[in-house]
Amino acid sequence: MVELTVREALRDAMAEEMRADGDVFLMGEEVAEYQGAYKVSQGLLEEFGTRRVIDTPITEAGFTGIGVGAAMAGLKPIVEFMTFNFAMQAIDQIVNSAAKTSYMSGGLVNVPIVFRGPNGAASRVAAQHSQCYASWYAHVPGLKVVAPFSAGDAKGLLKSAIRDPNPVIFLENEILYGQSFEIPDSADHTVPIGSANVVRPGHDVTIATFSIMVGKALAAAETLAGEGIDAEIIDLRTIRPLDEDCIVASVEKTNRLITVEEGWTMAGIGAEISAMIMQRAFDYLDAPVTRIGGSDVPLPYAANLETEALPQVDDIAQAARDICS
Amino acid sequence: MAGPKKKAKSAKADKARAAMPSPSRESLETYYREMLTIRRFEEKAGQMYGMGLIGGFCHLYIGQEAVVTGMQHALEPGDTVITGYRCHAHMLAAGVDPKSVMAELTGRTAGVSRGKGGSMHMFTPDRGFYGGHGIVGAQVPLGAGFGFAHKYRGNDRVSVTYFGDGAANQGQVFEAFNMAALWKLPVIFVIENNQYAMGTSVARSTAVQELYQRGEAFGIPGNQADGMDVVAVQSAAEAAVTKCRAGDGPALLEMMTYRYRGHSMSDPAKYRTREEVSKMRQERDPIENVREQMIAAGFADDDALKEVDRDVKAKINDAAEFAQDNPQPDSTELHTDILATA
Repeated sequence: MVELTVREALRDAMAEEMRADGDVFLMGEEVAEYQGAYKVSQGLLEEFGTRRVIDTPITEAGFTGIGVGAAMAGLKPIVEFMTFNFAMQAIDQIVNSAAKTSYMSGGLVNVPIVFRGPNGAASRVAAQHSQCYASWYAHVPGLKVVAPFSAGDAKGLLKSAIRDPNPVIFLENEILYGQSFEIPDSADHTVPIGSANVVRPGHDVTIATFSIMVGKALAAAETLAGEGIDAEIIDLRTIRPLDEDCIVASVEKTNRLITVEEGWTMAGIGAEISAMIMQRAFDYLDAPVTRIGGSDVPLPYAANLETEALPQVDDIAQAARDICS
Repeated sequence: MAGPKKKAKSAKADKARAAMPSPSRESLETYYREMLTIRRFEEKAGQMYGMGLIGGFCHLYIGQEAVVTGMQHALEPGDTVITGYRCHAHMLAAGVDPKSVMAELTGRTAGVSRGKGGSMHMFTPDRGFYGGHGIVGAQVPLGAGFGFAHKYRGNDRVSVTYFGDGAANQGQVFEAFNMAALWKLPVIFVIENNQYAMGTSVARSTAVQELYQRGEAFGIPGNQADGMDVVAVQSAAEAAVTKCRAGDGPALLEMMTYRYRGHSMSDPAKYRTREEVSKMRQERDPIENVREQMIAAGFADDDALKEVDRDVKAKINDAAEFAQDNPQPDSTELHTDILATA
């Protein structure tokens, strides 16, 4: 095992896959000379040169379309968005061109491409730079949607995403970039897309979550353990396809479910999981499912309001106390 | 429509046309058969739409046949082509059997997309044609992406990227122009200017109507050609292809053409006069143009051309019958092809 930050793990995943496959290249704003707006692509230009590490102009619709076209032609682009908020400029290319072409062509043309970058709230950057897009992309057949928490999963899932013959939305988190984790020291370390992970086993309540909220759920579980509540934490890791079996198996054991996401709960990931559990494990539930998400407001700038709008450790712990009482 | 600049350009185009070598008998025969195949196919598609055998949207190419035919003759295997939703002719020009194109229009299992794409979404990657895209203008960055892939692979293939006068106003077209020029991508942007974006004429949608100038701000040279004249189209295409293959970056061609039918089957075309349409048909028809050249050159007489007409018609009738008799896709097809498997 080695200790790496999420930032380094993502860089290593790209570097390893680029070494292994000459069709893989990285394009996006500031990915080359600047080494990435968040330094995720540190060192890649030096190793792979300007042919394969490409600074684009600020032109999301255009370079996303170019990436998708190059993927249709058989290359394996990694398109970095400085944040997924900017991918809104390009969402037509992601949904209409990338996600639907395999189906519309009867399988004749596929689109092996990764769209990656930070998603959700960073810190004090307000409404237009802070949205979580997990549920937007999870809505679309033809896409895979990945949102890792740990460095090991970030690396293993990004390698799987680059090798996948389909368009993969890879949702990172700016605050997690600098966090360190122990990860397997191997260029073969991959994590399959579509598989959730029980990061803390427990008996009393299941907390299903993803990305940065996994850390908050783990912190809440520590508090709860001191109060005699034993929470099981599921890191979903992949949002689409959702690992339903993992969540169902956990709920069959704990009989209680809380979902936690940073995005809005309206038509969110928690809503989807809640409906799925009602269909698949209704008889196992001892209490209604609780959904925790960001407040139903554009994210405010003021520090106190921002904290209040986003799910916090205490919110998760309190929800667990309530559902277990 | 025609401002002074356009007239000057047309005079230049006429001069260029006069300087072109006369097409061979073989070329003219090929053009004639290919353009007639597109026209008869589209006429049949229009009939079948009227009979309820084709659903949804159906955008016919009638009147524009010279553009795709002339362009295709300038290309080689490995070159790639992409366009918007008016794509039946591009499939036929790529050499796809009319049966499988018509069966896609009727939504049947032998359709090129096995009935899942329909009129606007057809692909034949083996022959270099990558759709068939339904969002106006979105195919333009995609086409630049094909150019990117050709350059990345270090070959001398080109990406032909078609769009209409309507799509020419989409913002992402300019984003694609900028990157194609910046990175010297081998892309031939072909504006099929049929004068109307759905029901809005170029004059009503476009501040500067000389669309071939649209690339100048990016250093992309533009050329306008008579899109009703297949020889002029091929000549303009060959010049652009030569430039792209040499690694000189993108080129822009504006093909002045005209669609005789409405934008789609539901369009009564009240935004233009019947006289305007019939004048184009009578004076500028691309197929009649070739027919006259063949007769004038003594390459064919009426009987020989009628024989070609009969042959093409029979082939299209076969395609229509095939497309009606072929079964609808099995319901198991509903859930296949959503994702590719490794």
